[in-house]
Amino acid sequence: MRKVSRLGSEARLGWALVSPALAVIALIAIFPLGWTFWESLHLHELRMPWLGKPFIGLANYVEIAKDPRFWAALGHTAFFTVVSISLELLIGLFLALAMNRVFRGRGFVRAAVLVPWAIPTVVAALLWRFIFESQGGILNALLVDAGILNQPMVWFIEASTAWVPVILADVWKTTPFVALLLLAGLQNIDLSLYEAAAVDGANAWWQLRHITLPLLKPAILVTLIFRTLDGFRVFDLIYVLTGGGPGTSTEPVALYTFNALLQNLRFGYGSALSVVIFAITFGLALFYVRGLGVRLGGEE
Amino acid sequence: MPSNRTRRSGGGGWGRWSFAGALLLLMLFTLFPFYWAAVASFISDADLFRDPTLIPRHLIFDHYRALFTERDFITPIRNSLVVAGTTTLFCLIVGTLAAYALARIDFRGKAPIMAFVLAVTMFPQISIVSPLYLLLRSLHLIDTYPGLIMPYMTFAMPLTVWVLTGSIRQIPKDLEEAAHVDGATRRQSFARILLPLAVPSLATTGILTFIYCWNEFLFALSFTLGPERQTVPVAIALFRGQYQVPWGEILAAAVVATAPVAAMVLVFQRRIVQGLTAGAVKG
Repeated sequence: MRKVSRLGSEARLGWALVSPALAVIALIAIFPLGWTFWESLHLHELRMPWLGKPFIGLANYVEIAKDPRFWAALGHTAFFTVVSISLELLIGLFLALAMNRVFRGRGFVRAAVLVPWAIPTVVAALLWRFIFESQGGILNALLVDAGILNQPMVWFIEASTAWVPVILADVWKTTPFVALLLLAGLQNIDLSLYEAAAVDGANAWWQLRHITLPLLKPAILVTLIFRTLDGFRVFDLIYVLTGGGPGTSTEPVALYTFNALLQNLRFGYGSALSVVIFAITFGLALFYVRGLGVRLGGEE
Repeated sequence: MPSNRTRRSGGGGWGRWSFAGALLLLMLFTLFPFYWAAVASFISDADLFRDPTLIPRHLIFDHYRALFTERDFITPIRNSLVVAGTTTLFCLIVGTLAAYALARIDFRGKAPIMAFVLAVTMFPQISIVSPLYLLLRSLHLIDTYPGLIMPYMTFAMPLTVWVLTGSIRQIPKDLEEAAHVDGATRRQSFARILLPLAVPSLATTGILTFIYCWNEFLFALSFTLGPERQTVPVAIALFRGQYQVPWGEILAAAVVATAPVAAMVLVFQRRIVQGLTAGAVKG
């Protein structure tokens, strides 16, 4: 009897302590989400206040479905996400394996890779834009000196070349994070497995394929979730590096939505775009968790 | 073979050299943009794009001087400090209570709460820009400090709760349990035992939250109108010159904005890595 009442008061204390944080999150994150949806069912042009704010049902969503710029933006986002994450996983895995070894300068490597992760994305984007900028820029000078290019290139004039700095910058900035997550996974692997394999004469490649990668799968999947969702909301990087250009040929969905909202002040339509992005992200997360059985941390 | 964390560092000459070579290339790739930005911030705008060389011929300090005299870069720095500092402090206070409950008290609904918190850290910021803008506009909070601090809570609060919970769980419970056996109340064991032990956790979490706030761009861009309230990332991204992009000043500003964060990361490297990965890879 006493035990039950003690547990009851514990539970009350637990909820009491958690509720301020939950209230803040609900009030400023969840409530606005509902509002976005409500907004998306209206025609709401801040530029044309005389139109009022009539309810138009799903008309904004119908417009999205027929909007070529939206579909192009979705394509850009998917392309950016897939290419950059593939590179980041590959390089990140190498870095993680490297940092899991003992060698002189390991501390330095760890510190060095963490800095790009910690600086503002805006700054990272500017550093890379500066490297690729202008025909007289440093990259062109280096590539011409090395004989790789015959003459300087204008990187930002075509979509195909404008993607190069965008993806390089993202790889540069986020690979450390990927490597750290994978490293944490590596450190959970029981070393005796490798010793047993070595005794049986298995070489390093066999060990990587049959021990490391299978046991690292949970960490890889967690990394994939985080990075996919990050990739789908990419904004800062492209806003600064290409502004979505040339034209709108590198524009991702978040940037298109931002432009609809704060450049064109189309709040109804922009909100509908926001809802679509949210739905896609949510669907992706659900796919990873349900479909691939990713288990996120936080268990006791 | 030593059986601690050393993973076969032997592996023959060829393997070792290609490993070292690849690592060296990666380090070059990582460090080059910093090197070049730092160097170029001391080169005159006229020389920046005229046959640049990796080792500069002539250094000047004009860009740094211009940054603080002609351009007033102090204002965005102050704005960033106020907004990121206030957000971090508030999140730490409210977040500590929640994290304590989630890490130490047994009650139903804990797992869903953790899942909810994690889900919120992952949802796209852009999806709430429109209502927050309308809300802040109707409250006349566009272009004010509260008008940034409030939106920042949306990602800072779940981040703080998540990282702090993971971190507190790693602190051994024995002392608190002993105190409870001796008749201490939860309030006492929290204030006198856990809190002092959790100072490093609080510091790590605070640093992480601060870095995320310091770096934030989308909200700061959406909810400010001019240089008065712009944060550092927005100010740098929107730097305009009279005739051309003022690259020298942009790079000087980048160095100024990056140096404190980089220093913090280098000093607290180990703790930051622990904080980042504590919650994420445990399952």
